[in-house]
Amino acid sequence: MTVLGVSNLGKSYRQYASEFNRFGRWFNLPVKPTAEHWVLQNVTFDVRRGESLGIVGKNGAGKSTLLKMITGVLQPTEGSIHVNGKIAAILELGMGFSPDLTARANVLQSLGLMGYGHDEITGILSEIEAFAEIGEYFDEPMRTYSSGMQVRVAFSVATAFRPDILIVDEALSVGDAYFQHKSFDRIREFKNQGTSLLIVSHDAGSIQAICDKVILLQDGGLLMEGAPETVIDYYNASLAEHQNQTLRQIDCGEQKVQTISGTGEATIEKVELLDEDGQLIEVAAVGHKVTLAVHVKTHFDIEKLVLGFSIKNHLGQAIFGTNTYHTKQIQYDVKSGTELLFNVQFPANFGEGSYSVQLALVSTDTHLVNNYEWRDLAYVFKIANLAKDYFIGMSWLDSIIEIKSK
Amino acid sequence: MFKSLWNYRYFIFSSIRNELRTRFIHSKLGALWMIFNPLAQVMIYAFILSNVLAAKLPGIENKYAFSIYLMAGILGWALFFDVISRSINLFVDNANLMKKINFPRMALASIMLGSCLLNNLILLGSILVVFIFLGHSFNFTILWLIPLMGTVTLFAFGIGLILGVINVFIRDVAQGMPIVLQVLFWFTPIVYPVTIVPTEYLGFLKMNPLFPIIEAYHAVLLYGESPDMTSIVQLNIIGFLIVLFGLFMFRKASPEMVDVL
Repeated sequence: MTVLGVSNLGKSYRQYASEFNRFGRWFNLPVKPTAEHWVLQNVTFDVRRGESLGIVGKNGAGKSTLLKMITGVLQPTEGSIHVNGKIAAILELGMGFSPDLTARANVLQSLGLMGYGHDEITGILSEIEAFAEIGEYFDEPMRTYSSGMQVRVAFSVATAFRPDILIVDEALSVGDAYFQHKSFDRIREFKNQGTSLLIVSHDAGSIQAICDKVILLQDGGLLMEGAPETVIDYYNASLAEHQNQTLRQIDCGEQKVQTISGTGEATIEKVELLDEDGQLIEVAAVGHKVTLAVHVKTHFDIEKLVLGFSIKNHLGQAIFGTNTYHTKQIQYDVKSGTELLFNVQFPANFGEGSYSVQLALVSTDTHLVNNYEWRDLAYVFKIANLAKDYFIGMSWLDSIIEIKSK
Repeated sequence: MFKSLWNYRYFIFSSIRNELRTRFIHSKLGALWMIFNPLAQVMIYAFILSNVLAAKLPGIENKYAFSIYLMAGILGWALFFDVISRSINLFVDNANLMKKINFPRMALASIMLGSCLLNNLILLGSILVVFIFLGHSFNFTILWLIPLMGTVTLFAFGIGLILGVINVFIRDVAQGMPIVLQVLFWFTPIVYPVTIVPTEYLGFLKMNPLFPIIEAYHAVLLYGESPDMTSIVQLNIIGFLIVLFGLFMFRKASPEMVDVL
């Protein structure tokens, strides 16, 4: 079932020679706006029940405009939005709190503003108080609160009732670690119960961990829609936008898409994973030493060359990553046509599952200065537990359990 | 529209209450100030005008007749002034809320109207208390005030809504309005009796829609008489049409309103 259907959505801001022309339009007078500025156009996507959608894009790409139209604050200029169910937004936490009123009074006010009736509100109030965990302060004026406490109250109110669509903006990164975990748990619980999430974040990790689908907005248009890893990789690559940069994606099957971008002064020719005997492998055993062999070729003279690598889990979250800048192995003055082999050795201390390697050829510790080549999903390998005792999780810690009787 | 307002009734009531609460939350006497302030104002008028200026109103013996006349007029004017000036800034003042949360915008108008009426009722209460002190009797004709307040509110809200919508796009409206209101105040017989107006200006004065309303307030509070019904009915019809037009403008404007706020 579709809970949110957005079709051909567009928003433009109109300017008129005089505001009186604008008034004239309300009375059906034939007046033309002098300028029409489109901030969003031709955006179409839908979200099914329980599905989570991530929205990424640079500042000014139209993310907020899109969200505001979905919540109904802004009216679309063209196209339509169909919402089946109730929307709640954790946009700007604590919007409309009055500092002179107690949290209790503000909670009543906010829930009223969200359209809940008196009985519903009085029924849920004690639950909100309990979730916020701010004790006696709940009945103190909110101006005496720390910002963390305000966030607690605001989040508790916004998520007091399970909505059909929950919009989560950057706001989540605020508050103390304990409450962050608590709020994430609540969001995850909502998702399990069938709430669809719309998540806007610059934190690729959290988007990949939660979302089933990601859309990329660019210059007011929908540039891309697809699996989180594919879109996020493309987005990250496009962030390093310089002249002469090429950006392409190769479909490697099994829903894996390799994203390659860069200016091309140096390229990655071949990537291999080898075991201790130098044999090519696709599956590594937990705890075994492996070598990632990266063959690099330069096509121009390069002043400084740095190789970066990162091992990611199947959700695209980085497990480990570093580069030769940090290991102080920068290659200086590399001549054109040089072929280099980087052997990255590490023990495969990971949990069972599928992992991917991300590689970057850059000049410093970031790809934002010079990005010769950036390759997501450069290599995919599996980790299998062949010799160790059963364990769960992303990493193998070689723990020892001591038992003493007293 | 009315259905969504009904769904928001608890929010509207609690907002009016919170508005009052936040206004007095830092004062020790709290809500008592709501009564003290208008009471003091009214008593100062009564004292200065009657004892210092010794202003008299022809045809009435009570020494305080002129202060009573003044208070009756001010009661009506205060409601008109409150409603119209708060309507003009209704959308601009609540821009932050309107830009973030989707809720029936007319809830804002209801909150504003509720709080204006409540303030005016408190003023009325204070005035009646002063009347008792001054030895001025009043009777059941005072119930006429209920429809009269309705008329004033309808009229003021209609004009205020239209200007409030325009003010979102042309902010000069809110700047110019105090001047217009001041002119209107002096063209309404509030601080002077109609009898002193030269006849050549009287016709001009009567074109002011507030003229029959304020005269009705005088009739009810000062003379204990029923007001002139024909002009009040006319005003109600006109006021109703203005409100309808205001709501039409609001409907047309609301998709673009948040764009420019």
